[in-house]
Amino acid sequence: MEIFKYKAPLSLMSKSKRFGLVSLALLIISIGLIVTKGFNYGLDFAGGTLVQVHYKEKAPIAKVRAAITKVKEYENASVTYFGNDNEIIIRTKKSSKSLDKDMGDAMRVLLKGTGDFEVRRVDIVGAKVGSELREKGLMAMFLSILGILIYVSFRFEWRFAIASVMALIHDVTIAMGAVVLFGIEVNLDTLAALLTILGYSLNDTIIVFDRIREGINTIKNPDLGSIIDESVTQTLSRTTLTSLTTFFVVLTLFMFGGEIIKGFSFTLLVGVVVGTYSSIFVASPILMMLGFSVSDYRLKAAEKAKRAKEKDKMRAMYENGTI
Amino acid sequence: MINYRVILFAFALLFGVVFSVPSLTQSEQGKKITLGLDLQGGLHMLLGIKSEVAIESRIKSMAATVKYIFDDEEIIFDELRMVDGEKITFELLDSDDVSKTKALLKKELEGTVLNENGLKFSIEMTEDEVARTKQNAISQAVDTIRTRLDSFGLAEPTVAKQGEDKILVEVPGIKTQEDEQRIRELIARAAHLQLMAVDEDRAARVSTMSAAEAQSFGDVILTDVNTPEKYLLRAIPVLDGSMLTDAKVGFDENNQPVINFTLNGQGAKIFGDFTGKYVGKRMAVVLDNDVYSAPNINERIGGGRVQISGRFQLSEAHDLAIALRSGALLAPVYVMEKRSVGPSLGADNIKASMLALMLGFILVVIFMILYYGMAGVIANVALIGNLFLILAVMSLFGATLTLPGMAGIVLTVGMAVDANVIINERIRELLHEGKSIAKSIEEGYNKAFTAILDANVTTLIAAVVLWAYGTGPLKGFALTMGIGILASMLTAIVGTHGIYQWLLPKINKKKLGFWFGIKTEGNK
Repeated sequence: MEIFKYKAPLSLMSKSKRFGLVSLALLIISIGLIVTKGFNYGLDFAGGTLVQVHYKEKAPIAKVRAAITKVKEYENASVTYFGNDNEIIIRTKKSSKSLDKDMGDAMRVLLKGTGDFEVRRVDIVGAKVGSELREKGLMAMFLSILGILIYVSFRFEWRFAIASVMALIHDVTIAMGAVVLFGIEVNLDTLAALLTILGYSLNDTIIVFDRIREGINTIKNPDLGSIIDESVTQTLSRTTLTSLTTFFVVLTLFMFGGEIIKGFSFTLLVGVVVGTYSSIFVASPILMMLGFSVSDYRLKAAEKAKRAKEKDKMRAMYENGTI
Repeated sequence: MINYRVILFAFALLFGVVFSVPSLTQSEQGKKITLGLDLQGGLHMLLGIKSEVAIESRIKSMAATVKYIFDDEEIIFDELRMVDGEKITFELLDSDDVSKTKALLKKELEGTVLNENGLKFSIEMTEDEVARTKQNAISQAVDTIRTRLDSFGLAEPTVAKQGEDKILVEVPGIKTQEDEQRIRELIARAAHLQLMAVDEDRAARVSTMSAAEAQSFGDVILTDVNTPEKYLLRAIPVLDGSMLTDAKVGFDENNQPVINFTLNGQGAKIFGDFTGKYVGKRMAVVLDNDVYSAPNINERIGGGRVQISGRFQLSEAHDLAIALRSGALLAPVYVMEKRSVGPSLGADNIKASMLALMLGFILVVIFMILYYGMAGVIANVALIGNLFLILAVMSLFGATLTLPGMAGIVLTVGMAVDANVIINERIRELLHEGKSIAKSIEEGYNKAFTAILDANVTTLIAAVVLWAYGTGPLKGFALTMGIGILASMLTAIVGTHGIYQWLLPKINKKKLGFWFGIKTEGNK
């Protein structure tokens, strides 16, 4: 089967302004959402207590609420369904330090008489641990980007590195915007998803850049725009196919992987779509904007090759004893 | 023809299958993957420690030592006090005792500074000693908690120091929430045993006395464990649980569970001397600041055997004896983070993630075959090899598979075929250009290699950072993804290349549709 068949290069660069505007709009909306609405930090980062209760039948949420709010400590606890009607989550922002009695133990007593239930999960995160996790998370994000920047500069050229990292920031920002828009709870797994997006979206961009790097050396026309058009078109089938397989895999995770993993898979779904879009329509135009010049690059490459050749020659002469 | 690549791949596959068998069959022998607490159910806790309490109790026991020395040496003193849990003060009445006192205290109390002001003295711990005591409190807590969990008969609990001042506790395989609470109570139990003298001179006034007033007499007010009755006790204990050698559950004459404990030689001597002097008065058995009993001393008690009775449940007495045997926690611990998953939820998590893994896998496999024909089949063989390799490597390292780890494997399935998509697209391109099959394959692999390498290295960077900075479950995700990427380099690049070279003589020019899923028009 062949869906994408290369015939002639698509003219993408001539339309790059339009894509740029779309991206810019998405970015502004995302940042706006993040700033105004803010993240819905979950237990991991905000601290607090969460108790998951499983009922044999449909969970009597009203009864549960009535039973809990009788106790002053749990007045502000929220009770919600979790995944299905039999499962509920009770949450408070407080976290007790007591080892021998926690909210799970209290719930076992308080909920007596509300039905046939089992406390299945008790998570407590103290405020100090929460802020520590948040710091570590941000650090991880920053270090990943730095590492990637260094590696790409080393393997390609600094402008490639900047362009790929800008595309990355574009993807992660939009994914974060979606997380805020849909009120997804930000937990450790959401962070893992964002870091995976970093890796994944970069993966896509690198494949395109690799083709551009190859095109620079093989395509006669030194116009970067047309080299990019041709390279992007040539990798289009791969980009789309891989994105599709990954998308479907993540979709199965989202649909069947259980409620706990929903935040993770949702964030990834958005990331896969945005990552694919950016590797085709965003990363390369940035490369052009940064003023990458094909002839300069070739000149430098030629000089480098020449120097290497001279070095070899010298070495050969030295080894032959001519010097 | 057979080539080194295909042989290497065959070995990798063999390695993968052999070493993943113990994990897949969950056999007794061989190294295997441990299921994370989120998959098998269990308790994960990060505990903090109130190390200032360790300092305070150190001071307290020093004060007891000072008192014992003075009594023993018949040095007359007054106003022996603990101040703010940081220092001890006392006053000597006879100036002839000063040099003797200084020599004795220097010998008996290490790591302290003795300040004197006339006949008034104060003893403080040195900064080094404070730091050492805090460190000691943590490592002692780790050992104590471990001993307690081991004696409780639990399968493979983990107790480890984390960072400077935290303790990680992981207990898998807890069946019910009630059991979990019992385990937590056992860990939390300070098990601080003290034998304290009742201040009989003022005991009658205890019901109206304030805590501050009691303190001014060097006393402390504690309540009975079962009743609201109050006791006025000398704040400096006669002796504490550190001199205990054994504790066992027994039964008293009413067949009620009691705990019998035995003191070591020094403890027995102190206890004997004390009871000899204190005949006719009461002595309280105090555990974690609750008075369990306060019997009258009828005669001198030698032998160092003491009983605690307190209307126990049998299970309670059992846990208490474990806690007493394992020794007191020098400082109380508190919960910084706790995650507990019931076994049924763990089972649900396994079911859900396995379903997602299977579905995702089947989806990718079918897609690859439909789109690429035989080339897709070859990629799928590599994908299966990849899965086995991930399992094998994780088994060998005894790694823990968590729910995010499962997600990592699912994701790897999606990304591992990427390498083959890139390669296959390249081969198709070259075939369309009219290159021969052998040349298309070789060149396809050559050209695709740099792209795959660069792409994988960058993903690997993200995985390594996540592994280094992630905690608990996140580490699992980063680990499976990292192993998956590395394994895919072997299976998807080297392995499939080898298979092509091996099958090359059989690849029919006229059947490019079957082999590569393309129309043959390019190959004129």
